[in-house]
Amino acid sequence: MTTEKMHFEYPVEGGNFSAAGFPSSQVKKTLKQLNVDGNVIKRTVVALYEAEVNIVAHAFKGVIAVDIDTEKIHIRLTDEGPGIPDIKKAMEIGYSTATPEVREMGFGAGMGLSNMKTNADSLVITSEVGKGTIVEIINYFHK
Amino acid sequence: MKILDIVDLIKGTVVSGSDNLEKTVDMAFASDLMSDVLTVKTDNLLLLTGLVNIQAIRTAEMADISCVVFVRNKKVTEEMIRIARENKITIIQSPYSMFKVSGILFSAGIKPVF
Repeated sequence: MTTEKMHFEYPVEGGNFSAAGFPSSQVKKTLKQLNVDGNVIKRTVVALYEAEVNIVAHAFKGVIAVDIDTEKIHIRLTDEGPGIPDIKKAMEIGYSTATPEVREMGFGAGMGLSNMKTNADSLVITSEVGKGTIVEIINYFHK
Repeated sequence: MKILDIVDLIKGTVVSGSDNLEKTVDMAFASDLMSDVLTVKTDNLLLLTGLVNIQAIRTAEMADISCVVFVRNKKVTEEMIRIARENKITIIQSPYSMFKVSGILFSAGIKPVF
């Protein structure tokens, strides 16, 4: 594991399902190269991928900023979109506002946010209706 | 069970990862809902699905799923094959339905996750 800090940014385009998953894929490759524990990698990329799909499914556009140091990975997903009026309700399993198109892609069943919580050591969601949502995920490499 | 034997049992066609056929899988999960697949914690899983798009392959990549079976011979795109190769994911197409593939593999000793 290197001691240097790493920073990556990836743009995300709303509605573009064919490109969804590329940032999560890149992060997975980077964590593998850094010899991070396989279980931590899987939890991190599952949480990130769910969050990324949410931007594609709901927002106009967004940016994923990833910071890695020797202890942890910090991911901040910022989107410009409709925002989430009731985050507590959005966290409920089965609650979804996804369109039929999103459901046809195999998502939108109202499971994403709770699965992100399961796979993140820290998950913080802040949102402003009509502006957008910020999702922050932190996972530690050693516990 | 070896992937090679699974291919034989389900009359499968290998469209990616033909160099991984000696590898084994012991458990499978069948779903068209990728959100559900992403909640499964088991590694080295066989995924059976009728959802044929890039996100099925991306889901397999994130969830450390080494082998995906697309049922009912649905068309796999070049882009899906490219991403699968990059991540050493084996893709098999089977002419059978999800129900039939599940039944065959269950009878042959492949275990369910839940």
